[in-house]
Parts: sequence; C-alpha cells; structure tokens
Amino acid sequence: MANRTKVVELEHVVIRFAGDSGDGMQLTGNLFSDSTALAGNDFATFPDYPGEIRPPQGTVSGVSGFQVHFGHKPVHTTGDLCDVLVAMNPASIKANMRWLKPGTTIIFDVDSMNDKALEKAGYTSDPTQDDTLSQYKVVKAPITSMTLEALKDFGWDRKAMLKSKNMFALGIVMYLFNRDITMLNGYFNTKFKNKPEVIKANQTVVAAGYSYADTMEIFANTYRIEPANLAKGKYRDITGNVATAWGLMAAAERSGRQIFCGSYPITPATDILAELVKYKNLKVKAFQAEDEIAGICSSLGASFAGCLAVTTTSGPGLSLKSEALGLAVMTELPLVVVDVQRGGPSTGLPTKSEQSDLMQALYGRNGDAPLIVLAARSSSDCFYSAYEAAKLAMEHMTPVILLTEGALGNGSEILRIPRVADLPAIVPPIAKDNEPGYEPYKRDEKKLSRMWAIPGTEGLRHRISGLEKANGSGNLSLDPKNHQLMTELREEKVQRVANYIPEQEIVGDPNADLLVVSWGGTYGVVLSVVEKMLEEGKSVAHAHFRHIMPLPKNTAKVLSGHKKIVVCENNNGQFVNYLREKMPDFKYEQFNKIQGLPFLTAELENKFNDLLK
Amino acid sequence: MENTNLNNQVVNLTKEDFVCDQIVKWCPGCGDHAILKVLQDVFPQLGKRKEDICVVSGIGCSSRFPHYMNTYGFHSIHGRACAIATGVKLANPNLSVWVITGDGDCTAIGGNHFIHAVRRNMDMNLLLFNNRIYGMTKGQFSPCTFRGTVTKTSPQGTYEDPFNVGELVIGAGGKFFARGVDVNTKELTDICLRAKNHDGMSVIEVLQNCMIFSNGVHENITGKDVRDDMQVKCEHGKPLIFGKERNKGLRLNGNKLEVVTIGENGITEKDILVHDEKEENTGIHMMLAHMMPPAFPVAIGVIRNVEAPTYDDCLTDVIERESAKSNIKTVDDLLNSGTTWDIK
Repeated sequence: MANRTKVVELEHVVIRFAGDSGDGMQLTGNLFSDSTALAGNDFATFPDYPGEIRPPQGTVSGVSGFQVHFGHKPVHTTGDLCDVLVAMNPASIKANMRWLKPGTTIIFDVDSMNDKALEKAGYTSDPTQDDTLSQYKVVKAPITSMTLEALKDFGWDRKAMLKSKNMFALGIVMYLFNRDITMLNGYFNTKFKNKPEVIKANQTVVAAGYSYADTMEIFANTYRIEPANLAKGKYRDITGNVATAWGLMAAAERSGRQIFCGSYPITPATDILAELVKYKNLKVKAFQAEDEIAGICSSLGASFAGCLAVTTTSGPGLSLKSEALGLAVMTELPLVVVDVQRGGPSTGLPTKSEQSDLMQALYGRNGDAPLIVLAARSSSDCFYSAYEAAKLAMEHMTPVILLTEGALGNGSEILRIPRVADLPAIVPPIAKDNEPGYEPYKRDEKKLSRMWAIPGTEGLRHRISGLEKANGSGNLSLDPKNHQLMTELREEKVQRVANYIPEQEIVGDPNADLLVVSWGGTYGVVLSVVEKMLEEGKSVAHAHFRHIMPLPKNTAKVLSGHKKIVVCENNNGQFVNYLREKMPDFKYEQFNKIQGLPFLTAELENKFNDLLK
Repeated sequence: MENTNLNNQVVNLTKEDFVCDQIVKWCPGCGDHAILKVLQDVFPQLGKRKEDICVVSGIGCSSRFPHYMNTYGFHSIHGRACAIATGVKLANPNLSVWVITGDGDCTAIGGNHFIHAVRRNMDMNLLLFNNRIYGMTKGQFSPCTFRGTVTKTSPQGTYEDPFNVGELVIGAGGKFFARGVDVNTKELTDICLRAKNHDGMSVIEVLQNCMIFSNGVHENITGKDVRDDMQVKCEHGKPLIFGKERNKGLRLNGNKLEVVTIGENGITEKDILVHDEKEENTGIHMMLAHMMPPAFPVAIGVIRNVEAPTYDDCLTDVIERESAKSNIKTVDDLLNSGTTWDIK
C-alpha cells in the first residue's frame, strides 16, 4: 500500500497504547514492538497494568497501558512523555494525561464516547469538545464502528467482532509510522495456528485501520524512523525479570552447577520464579516455599548441597530474609538474592518502582555481615548482572544481593543474544574427593574464600553453623581474637572482590564541571540527558554504578576533578549517603525523586543546567 | 552393616564411624545423650556412605546434634531446619536427610516450615525432642508445655493449651508419625529404622527429659512404676494391649476409644482394637495420638505409616519427563527460541 502523505524522519518516538483492561492493549503493544524489531529500530517497552486484577470497566483504575519507545539512535529507556497516545476510551485519556506533552497525537476511539463512559472516567464534560486537550492533536477515529463494518461478512456476533478493535487501532499506527502491515502476519500465523478465520479477521481489521488512515488523510504527515545502527547479530525482546531468570540459568550451565530457586510470590518479583519453574526441561529446580524465610532457607540448604542457589523477592521479603542472609554470610556459602525493588516502606507501593532497598541490602542484618551488592541498570542488563551475581557468589563463596527494580523487571528491551560459551567462565572452588589438607574454613590466599565441600564428597564430612567458627578448622569458637579475625576476614573477602570486577566507567570528560552519578534503573534516563547535554557542548560527565559493594577500585579517581557531583536516585538519598561514608573527600549534591515514577528527562536536564550555572 | 563407597566397594560401618571428635556439651543426664547413641546405632544401618548422610538442625539444645555426628551437617538458625533440609534434599535426593529439632524450635518459631514439610511429604526423617520447655534459653514455656505449668515466663502458670505433636502432624497430612521415649533406646532404634524405610516425611516425637528445666515432665508416662500401664505399644496388625498384667486394651466404642480390661465384663482379646498403621483414614490414628494420662496410656511406636508420593520424587519425575520431551536442551537454545530477528 502506497503512502500518499508527506514523510517526516524522526530520531525516536514514544507511543503508548491505552484501553480498558479487556481491550487487548498489551497484545497491540507487543505486536507493534515486534514490527519495530523487524524495522531494525532499537526499542524498549513497558507494560502499565492496573493494580487490581479485575478493576471496574471503563474507569481510570481499569486502564491498561503498554508503552513502546523506539528509535534510530540507541534507546536507553522505556520513554517518559509520549508522542502518540492510542486511547480506546475516555478513561484512557484521563489516566494518561501525565504522560502527554504539547503536540502529542491522541488517536481516540470516538465511538467509545457517551455520557456513561464520561462519567465512569470522571469527566464532567467531553474532553474532546472542551479545552482539556487543546494542546494536543486529537484524531477522532470511529474505531468501534469501522471494526464492525470491516468484519460484517464474517458472520460473527458483535462481542466477537469487537475483540478485534485493537487491531484497527494498530492498523492506524502502522500507517502513521510507515510500517508494512504484512510484518504482522508471522505473529498471526503462529498465534492463531489452527484458526484461519481468526487470522483472516485480524488481517482484515489491521488493513481496514491502515486504509482508513490513508484514505481519510487523518494525519498531516507520517513518520519514518531509520533502522538503528545496532551491532550485527541475532536479537530478541526480553523483560528484566525473564532476563534475570535466564542469566542465572546461564550461570548454572556455565559453572556446571544445577540451579535451585526457593521463592515466595511477591510483586514485582514473582515473574522470575514463574519463569524458572517453566524450565524443568533444563533441570531447573524451582520451589515455591511457604514463606520468604523458607524461600531463602531452602536455597541456602541447596547451596550447601552444591546448587547455584537463588532466592527472589522484593523489599518486604528481603526484610524477612535478613536472618538467613546472616547465616549465609556466616557459613560462607554462595547465594544470590534478587530484590526487585518496589516503593516502600512496608507494603508501600507494590506496583511502583523505587530504589529504596539499598541500605537494607548493604546493612540490614545483625552483626557485621558484609556481602556483595550489585545493581542491574536496564532490563537487558538484568541478564548480565544476574550472571555476574552468580559468578561472584560462587567464586568468592558469599551471598550476593542483586538489586533490580519493578520498572526493569516488567519493562523490556532488546537483547543481542549472547552465546553462553562466550560469557566469562565460572570456576567455583569445589573441593575434590579426599582433598588433601581440607579444612572447612581454610581460605584461598587471594580471594579469602573457603572451599565448597559438597555433601557426597568422599572424606570431607564437616559441620557448618551460624555460630562463630575458628578460622581454618571451622570448629565452634568463642575465642575473642578469633571472632575479631573472622569478622575482619569476612569484610576483607568482600572488599577483595574489587580486584575481580571492572573499573568504574565514566561517560564524557573525566574532568567535567558536573559529574552526574547514578545507579540501578536510572541509568537510561540519566545517560540520555547527559548525552544530549554533551552534544550541546555542556561540561557534564556520567558515572553509573553497577557495583555497589564493593565499589570499583578507581571510584575515588572517577569522583575527582569535578566542580560538582550530583547523585540522582529514586529514594531519599541512600547511595549519596553511602558515598559520603565511603568516599568522604568529596562534596555531593543530591537529586531524589520518590513518587513511584521514573525521572523525566526534562526535570533532570533542568537540574543539571541549574547546577552548571 | 554393609554400605558401598564411591567405587561401589562394600564398606562396613559401625557406631564408631559416626562418633565425632567434638566434646558433647549437653548436661549430664540429659535425654539427648541417649538419642545420640540411638542415631549412632541407626546410621550404620542406613545403607548409605557416611558422606551421603546429612544432619540438619535449627537452634536449641537438641540442635547441637549435627556437631556430634560424623556426617555432613548443618546447624542452622532457630526454627528453619525443615526449610534448610528441604533445600538439601531437593538439591541432592540421594542424601539421607535427618532433621533434629525440639518442641520450641519446631512447633513455635518453626511451626510453619514444619507443617509444610509434612504436608509436602518431603523424604526426610525428623526427630522432635519434646521436653515441653525451652532449655537453651533457660526455662520458658513452649507450645508443648501443659496448661498451668509455672515457668520463667509463666510465673502464674500458663493459660494456653499445648500442641499435641502427633495431632499436628496427622492434621497437616503427615504420612508417618511415631513416638518414642529417650531412654528406651532399643525401641527408639527400631522406630528410626522404620522411619528410614518409609519414603516421605517421617516424624518421630521423642519424649525427652530435660534434667534442669522440666525434669520429670514425662514421669507419669515413663516412670518405672507406671510405664507398663501408661504406654501402649503400637504394632501393626497386633491388638493394642498394655498393662503390667497385659490385661488392658483399647476398644473402639462408638466413635471413641476406651480402655477395657480383658477378662472383665466378658471382654476377650478379640474385642481389642488391632493396630493398622497403614489405614489412610486419619480418624483412629488421630485418636491414638491424642491419648494422654491419666485416662489413657500414651501411644508409643509407629502410629501412622501410609504410603504416598514424595515431593522430591515428583520433582525428579517432572524434570526427567520434561527434559526427555523438550527440544530446548541448553540455555543457548532457550535464548534463540521464540521471536528473534537478525541485524545484518
């Protein structure tokens, strides 16, 4: 189909599909991102589900959204303010006003507009008639009626036909971005394999939407986003939670250890457990425990017995796991704890993202109980961070907390598919049968790790315990000097991990006036802003920390030579205070957003420009 | 006893093989000493190498146990032994896993893990040392302390009813429950061997005496003068007869158990209830577990022993079945499955 309107080139676009929970917006968004992949763009997506399972139809709380951020240049975030909003009912407009910017195109199903729908959405008058939407370009499309018209020869009942109205909207959007609608056929053919009628209906409705946009000339122009300059290779789309699960599985395979995950359901971490339980075919042992404590304890038991042991949770669950984490520190067993952070404290904001478990991860245990803390920086990075967490846990014989975030876990990005054999080798210090001179707490000279003598190993029977032990022999010991020695050794063991992690990178001039510091999931948005300011010739640099405990060896060097340092994070100042403690020679500004929402590029840019004044 | 080592060579193990070099630090006269000797007698008979046995415990006097057994062992944290042992067993189903716990560790702070391990029918053996008191923290009442008992934290006597461990286990769907007495080592050894032969979670409640904080708490059951009249040995297929004169028995009267005397009121041995440990219905097992002096003797021996699939076997089966039928054999296969695209 030829495109008759003018075509405008864009660097990147944010589009949000919003509708009632039953309107199929997740599917629409996924299909659009599939076609984005085929178009060769870089992209990231984020689903925005209602908190309730079956929220009242037509209301703001029942709006389900799916956002796609795609571009010609590298896409670092799932996007904030949107260029295009597809709204299937009035509530979808109301719910997403926060994400609009002047000029946003709203594609609205005008057939959904009636008094009842307005009332449910909480509007007192029609927002498309009054000045509510005066700053935006509203395209009033009769999506419902045109869908019924397109399918009138199928002999289906109205309800069945209306299931396809999301495809009409998709057709409009495909036109707007100059996408060939045959790109969708692959998906239809797989998804509705034995239902040729359904395939035909979906294709018909998409085509109808496309033709409608074309013939009615509803857009002044259409857009093209050139393929991104991505590295050669095979790609896939992956959410952070799936990437975490797969990264751990890759580490298990590479290390020759079976993976065991004991976990308890908790939002937003549950999907990792739900992913792992699928792979019995890959010998994944995943165990849904009776509570968070049993989750970590079963994993620690499995670690003792030789598995790559993992437990997954979110903030409140991490609190419950604290005591057993201390036991993992004391028994010096490898264990990966994944904390997909959400808004806190207590139950807090379960479906919203935050970075406020950092202090808990670092210090939330009795006694001096150091462990490794890593933080994933993006959805696809969850794969590599999980892999590294497992590698460090096993090679250094210590628990590792991997911090991810709800937005990373649920959001998705493209991942260039790695080969497991190309990932760094993982060589756990496993003791052999009748290992000469074996002692439970004899340490590796460089790493200070003890050996992993797994039950079943001939001649190495030993007992471990949460009680303090004599260094070397591992016998119970209340000797005062031994306790000091062991406390120092446990700390030093974690500090020496700095010798086995990469140096801290810095983007921009290492002596820039302003150094922007971030960690975890704020990576993408901060980097986007810094890149933009660098293009504008501003004196900024960006240091994003993945390794929190220990910090990379060159951290002080990275922090040196700037007029100002600002630490940006979605909490009330936890990393900045950690830096004030660990790197006290520097003065830190802080920028904190604690609203369950990510930083907007505009607010970061304003802040950085203010600091540069 | 014959066991095989890694190269399938037969090795003979004895009690001495399981004695550890650590000094046993329980109080003199503590019931734990007797139970330790029992397990050191039992372990050579497991048919396992020493390396394939793992003892797991929580916190408390009884939980020191792993340090005194020359096997692999994990002395963990308060209440969590069942959860840790679950991970050990699932990681390596070849291990013979023994959980050692006390009434406080198991039925208070560890109650949740305990009932769920029982419900799942994890293939583990659990010995619950029941002295009806917190010993290591020096004498507070536990969930198994009798109503009215004066302890450090109940100076006016407790005003709550205790758990009956047998009822708790059977109520949680337990398939194997037995009860023994610390000093009756021969009987306890037999019970442990029965537990070993049972596939699934075996719970053994050991009536254990704490010399210091609840001395004599089981005296009305275990005392020399009363024990024959206050203990009824449960033996599968045999009538539940007890008493010094072996003339007392249990009879089912309507929906209740009653104690009757053989030779009185025309009662003969044929009237006495025959123990059936394999009955799936929990009714009579529950009643047997419930019995307490002075009205009833305490049921000793294997009260319930019912076959059922174990959690660990089920997991192993699913893994074997799924690995056999799936085309995805490696993480590389997985990464390349589903929707992918090439950038050239």
